[in-house]
Amino acid sequence: MIDHFPAIQVALPMIAAAVVVIVRNPLVSHLIATGVAWISAVIAWTLLQSVLASGPISYQLGGWAPPTGIEYYIDPLNAFVLFLVSGIAAVVFPFAGASVAAEVDENKHHLFYACLLLCLTGMLGITITGDAFNIFVFLEITSLSSYALIAMGRDRRALSASFNYLVLGTLGGTAILIGVGLLLMQTGTLNIADLHMRLEGAHAASKTVLVALAFLTVGSSLKIALFPLHAWLPNAYAHAPSAVTALIAATSTKVSLYVLMRFIFTLFGTAVVFDVFQLQRVLLPLAVIGMFVGSLVAIYQTNIKRMLAYSSLAQIGYMVLGISLVNESGLAGSIVHMFNHAVIKGGLFMVMAAVVLRTGSADLSAMRGLAKRMPLTYLGFVIGGLGLIGVPLTAGFISKWYLVLGAIQNGMWLIVAMILLSSLLAVIYVWRVVEVGFFEEPDPEAPEIKEAPLSMLIPTWIMLGASLFFGVMTDTTAGVALEAARQLMGAP
Amino acid sequence: MSATVLIVLSMFMPLVAGLVLRAFDKEPNIRDGFSLLVAVGTFACVCSLTPMVMAGERPAFQLLEMLPGLSLAFEIEPLGMLFALIASGLWIITTVYAIGYMRGHHESNQTRFFTCFAVAIGAAVGAAFSANLLTLFTCYELLSVSTFPLVAHHQSAESRKAGRIYLGILLTSSVLFFLPAIVWTWHLTGTTDFVAGGILMGKIPDAAVPLLLALFIFGAGKAAVMPLHRWLPAAMVAPTPVSALLHAVAVVKVGVFTVVKVVTYTFGTKLLTDTGGSVWLMYVASFTILASSVIALGKDNLKARLAYSTISQLSYIVLGAAFANELGIMGAGFHIAMHAMGKITLFFAAGALIVLVHKTEISDMAGIGRKMPWTMGAFFVGSLCIIGIPPTGGSWSKWYLLMSAADANVWLMGVLLISSLFSIGYLMPVVTTAFFKPLPPESDHDHHDDHHHEGSGNVEYDHILCVIPPVLTAAGCVLLFLFSDQLYALLEPVMAANR
Repeated sequence: MIDHFPAIQVALPMIAAAVVVIVRNPLVSHLIATGVAWISAVIAWTLLQSVLASGPISYQLGGWAPPTGIEYYIDPLNAFVLFLVSGIAAVVFPFAGASVAAEVDENKHHLFYACLLLCLTGMLGITITGDAFNIFVFLEITSLSSYALIAMGRDRRALSASFNYLVLGTLGGTAILIGVGLLLMQTGTLNIADLHMRLEGAHAASKTVLVALAFLTVGSSLKIALFPLHAWLPNAYAHAPSAVTALIAATSTKVSLYVLMRFIFTLFGTAVVFDVFQLQRVLLPLAVIGMFVGSLVAIYQTNIKRMLAYSSLAQIGYMVLGISLVNESGLAGSIVHMFNHAVIKGGLFMVMAAVVLRTGSADLSAMRGLAKRMPLTYLGFVIGGLGLIGVPLTAGFISKWYLVLGAIQNGMWLIVAMILLSSLLAVIYVWRVVEVGFFEEPDPEAPEIKEAPLSMLIPTWIMLGASLFFGVMTDTTAGVALEAARQLMGAP
Repeated sequence: MSATVLIVLSMFMPLVAGLVLRAFDKEPNIRDGFSLLVAVGTFACVCSLTPMVMAGERPAFQLLEMLPGLSLAFEIEPLGMLFALIASGLWIITTVYAIGYMRGHHESNQTRFFTCFAVAIGAAVGAAFSANLLTLFTCYELLSVSTFPLVAHHQSAESRKAGRIYLGILLTSSVLFFLPAIVWTWHLTGTTDFVAGGILMGKIPDAAVPLLLALFIFGAGKAAVMPLHRWLPAAMVAPTPVSALLHAVAVVKVGVFTVVKVVTYTFGTKLLTDTGGSVWLMYVASFTILASSVIALGKDNLKARLAYSTISQLSYIVLGAAFANELGIMGAGFHIAMHAMGKITLFFAAGALIVLVHKTEISDMAGIGRKMPWTMGAFFVGSLCIIGIPPTGGSWSKWYLLMSAADANVWLMGVLLISSLFSIGYLMPVVTTAFFKPLPPESDHDHHDDHHHEGSGNVEYDHILCVIPPVLTAAGCVLLFLFSDQLYALLEPVMAANR
């Protein structure tokens, strides 16, 4: 049984999605989805522990040996991402109930949960597979289900947001497909480890490989929403049903970032990417610009879901920055920030889901004096906000530490200043919301507002509690990230 | 009780109490009684640690490993012991005072006030006990965040603006300078622990010493070295107990404590004197001392004047650290205690004037000393302590600092002397106005809008909760003068390590 965990990890949510469509009952669908998410998290945790204890796992699908067959290959990096994705899903899925009931038509509920499960399937598949073409396939599964999820809310603007995402997402997917095709043309294989071996030596600096790298980088950057390829993100996050935003914001860009890491470090290898093609010269400036543009635009948003979306843009900048520092600390910072930011931003979007449920709006003006009426929810925003800023004792601080350390090790003092300055911009946009909630009086004509239901409060606080927990207990985050970074940066 | 338990109690009692207080939102008497009880308990724990430290022990306790190789850990050395004693001891008196003040002034959100106050004290004690830079930084930031609601307490447009300036400057400076300084230190030495004599010797190029020191000094924005001083006057919109304990004692002293600690335990005075890395700081601190004294002279609002006086006095401590010799460190440590005791007295008196007779401007205080002899008498003693005149503790710290200047940089003795004159210039007029100017005739169109005096022309001049605290701390100023040998004995090891 345990031997087949890699296959079950992906197959279980996929089968469950089909079951949910057949069952059609909203409540049962919700229960099935939640149960599957929990089982997935347990499986991912087991895999992570196994990889850490006894090294990488190679699973041959159907017993066909790679490079002919499809291989699932799990090392510390993707075991960590698997745990991240399924862990977030395990908290968000039970949470979704109340929010979905309010924001999605009842006759679509079972389809909603089916899409949610398919989205999870896709993300887990992208992460676990050791086959470049397989990545593309799962990427499309994730994308298609995401388009449907975003468009499923009652907010009509979600339709154009989803269409936007569809067009740009397809472009990104196509770019990745072309990149994989070029590599297949050059080497005759699709298995990532095999590709890496064949790319060494003669082929390394050829034009075809360069073009393939370009396509793969642009394709995954579109999915990551790296500046300036971020146009789809703010509207998609702002107008999607709140529970969907919480899930996608926490996981989907992270999985895409993982794909970029996998391409750069495992497929091509650092020597080709950074020494021959000097990719860091492109990524570093874009990351820094993204950090500032995202935060600065966030400051001027009045819709708080949109504000958090732009904040994500800035945070993505940090993660890409960590990659482009090309040292262990920076890369570890990038990996650990994937996790920490997922937890923090997931928690914040869950808070906003509760706010939208109670006030019917994600607008700043709707949050006047809300701290008195929804004290636990609002305190959650403060905790998450402090995490975004990167105050010590929150997970955000851990990420910042490694990013700054990585920059100092390279002697890049300007970058150090940039990281810290842009993190201070977060103070401005977070504090705006805090002040409105605590120091302004609610609109006297507004209807009485109750605290969010427990089915939302408990998962939200589990998520935010995690952002505090991983701010002080970092064995499973920083420890694993350092180990993964060491393996990625080390000899192949 | 074992030392570990005592350390944990003295930090976590206030933190946990802050949360428990919220439960008594509807029961002000229980809430305030509980506050007082916790304050006493915290002080008792800190006190029982003192004999161990005096005997040369260094009680230590590791809470958890935050990053691989980097822990949240605590170890008590003499400077931290001193700071914790001051913060927790004065917390008791301030709590008594705050109960009277907040009720007398009919302040809203009192539960939030006492909650944040308790958390802030817990953070200050944590900072005092820190065993490494990371722990110190964590407590430092916790203190900034937990005091923000206290500064913005009134929630008016003005106090929100002040709150923004406060948090803006403190967070910006700490994140922009303090954090990279710590990461840089970690990169250079592989540790952030506080080790007597410093950790950087031989690990850092000489030219980088002033730079790293600058990152630390301006990173500790709470030390209010110019030009990062603007937050302190802004914070004066807070209720007076906050100004008294936090912005004369706990918060600002965490800033200068960080400076002294970094100089003695991270750089080591030898490294600084060998490389001349702290010479620039002598001049910056001297400038701050003089400039803020001059500004204080021009302020008519009593709390604003005291705030600028605080900026000036804090730089005395920074100057002592910049001299980087044993007497300078001793003087800095002494002045942490002396200034705390003196300035809290002044703020208690200023708060009593606000809450009892509604006077904030010095020019309105003519003759008030005759109505409030105890309060203004305490103000007088506190002033002596700040200026540095016997028989108050302040005279000792000024003495050590002068001696230290004689060793390090004779010309800067002049700065110390001139600024003492300035401090006479900005404090004594308050006393003379209060005692020697005639009380203006009672005006019947009393313009104060405060409701509890309406109708009755009868002002209560000496409320017991507003009289006892300043008198106690004024007595403390004198006691510190008489028992300075105890203080000396406590700080002796720090001096010895920097010889």
